[in-house]
Amino acid sequence: MEKQTRKTKKIDAASDVSRAIVKFRISDAVMMFILVILCATCILPFIHLAAKSISNNNYVLAKQIFLLPKGITFDAYSSIFKDGSLVYSMGYSVVITLVFTALGMLSCVCAAYPLSKKRLEGRNIFTFLLMFPMYFGAGLIPSYLLYYRLNLLDTPWVLILPLIYSPYNMLIMKTYFQSNIPISLEESAFLDGATNFQILFKIALPLSKPILATISLFYAVGRWNSYADNKYFIRTDQLKLIQYKLYQMVSSATEAQTISLSEAANVTSTPEVLQAAAIMFVTIPIICVYPFLQKYFVKGVMIGAIKG
Amino acid sequence: MENKGTKYKFKDRMKIAVKRDWQLYIMLLLPLLLVFIFNYAAYPGLRMVFMDYKPAKGYDGSEWVGFETFQKIFKDVDFRRSLRNSIVFNLLDLLVSFPVPIVLALILNEIRFPRFKKVTQTILYLPHFLSWVIIGSVAYAIFRPNSGVVNIVLQNMGLIDQGIPFLTEKWHWAVSYLLINVWQGMGWGTIIYLAAITSVDGELYEAAMIDGAGRWKRMWHITLPGIKGTIVTLLIMNLGRVMGSNFERLDVFGNTQVREFQYQLAIYIYEKGLGGGRFSMSTAVGLFQSLVGLMLVLLADKTAKKLGEDGLI
Repeated sequence: MEKQTRKTKKIDAASDVSRAIVKFRISDAVMMFILVILCATCILPFIHLAAKSISNNNYVLAKQIFLLPKGITFDAYSSIFKDGSLVYSMGYSVVITLVFTALGMLSCVCAAYPLSKKRLEGRNIFTFLLMFPMYFGAGLIPSYLLYYRLNLLDTPWVLILPLIYSPYNMLIMKTYFQSNIPISLEESAFLDGATNFQILFKIALPLSKPILATISLFYAVGRWNSYADNKYFIRTDQLKLIQYKLYQMVSSATEAQTISLSEAANVTSTPEVLQAAAIMFVTIPIICVYPFLQKYFVKGVMIGAIKG
Repeated sequence: MENKGTKYKFKDRMKIAVKRDWQLYIMLLLPLLLVFIFNYAAYPGLRMVFMDYKPAKGYDGSEWVGFETFQKIFKDVDFRRSLRNSIVFNLLDLLVSFPVPIVLALILNEIRFPRFKKVTQTILYLPHFLSWVIIGSVAYAIFRPNSGVVNIVLQNMGLIDQGIPFLTEKWHWAVSYLLINVWQGMGWGTIIYLAAITSVDGELYEAAMIDGAGRWKRMWHITLPGIKGTIVTLLIMNLGRVMGSNFERLDVFGNTQVREFQYQLAIYIYEKGLGGGRFSMSTAVGLFQSLVGLMLVLLADKTAKKLGEDGLI
């Protein structure tokens, strides 16, 4: 501990010196300029699409929309809401993601906590059994046939069950348990007659809130963002997650976009505007929440990089 | 002699272990059950690579053909093309995507306005949180040859006469495909390097400054050598992954005009298998890919450890 504080002091001292000696120079301006340009590439595409999605068709067709909307209208969004299929998928995807995350956390804790105990007999064998699938998978077709035999194809469960146990997440959680739960604390609880479950619920889990938050976000964002298994295993439209819905609506290189909203939606917007609105509809929730999630993610990356 | 002793102890040890830790073993049942049902139960299915598997006949009815499937895939032009594309594009990915986060981390480290730095970092992390579907649909929307905003702006500025087919002509596609990956990973990739930089001894900078070393010299002679270990480890790890292919990334950027380059192993496996019903061939390619991939990862791990870095396994 002492060493660490001394080290940080040193760094502070160094940066103080640099602050005092080095004035704002051209090199600073150049570096900040580079960063601003890169940030622009991350933001401007979304501002452009947002502007397009609430602009009047005529301006869009005249190619006059850049970063600001012209002739503001929310027609595209109201047709998305009238059609209802994207809204439905959004709700459905939220439910699937929540169930997936809850079950994922359960299986992750159930694997990581026992394996974090060095005294556990058979620990190496269990660790091997639970890690091996990360390095060698059976592949698409054998998995497909397996899910077929398990009657999982074209059910929501095929999007949940096969992936709730994740060796990668388990490893991160195990590492955290090993390095952050003092053994002495556990030993004294043991001497007081506490059982493993009691130690887990009263000591280990309350001490591990940061990693629990991090891993649940890994699960949630991972499930929310991927769509390949929808494409492989799901046929029924109602059972497809929103990412795959969006993929089917817009991911096509052709100029003339056909966008599939029902007649009831009373579409008056051009495909381009509608497409922009659909993209924004799916993207906005992520853009709104990620600034709050990123610090947990950074933590997970750091632990994953060290490993035990 | 000693063997007998340990054997005797083994029984006792088991008894103690079960008595003390039975609750832990019960917990382990859930993940074990999951991997056995969803991972290990799929492994026997791999025997179809030695069969001429027909979905209608199943495993029992299909004919055993030995190594014929492997001979078939190595003669298959589609497979060769997908293998070539996978390796070439993965190496190119490494070449263009790997250095960017290092340079960005060095730049971020030099920024002396904490607010500016924090906001920049947050914005640069954004693409990491977006799905390939969103990235793909945004890219198609803004890069379209006639109505995409990028081409419109370039035309308005008089730089080009005709729209550039960023995603619909194979050479342009190759560049876009690689650069979009750089864009997606650049911010997030800095995290590990920035962490490594904070552990570089501050005294070194002080000493260098007293000796009159400027900013670039300090970057080159102190910061970079300080994070060399991290760079080497990550490079080796990434080299271990040159056989991989990301289905979603390829799929969202796929279209008929760029098939020649976009046709990589993940696409082959999907199209031959679920699309074309050639289950044995698809599975054989998948097996080939994961075995070579596994070997490369193990090799990478060994190399990293030999160089005195932390391994990955």
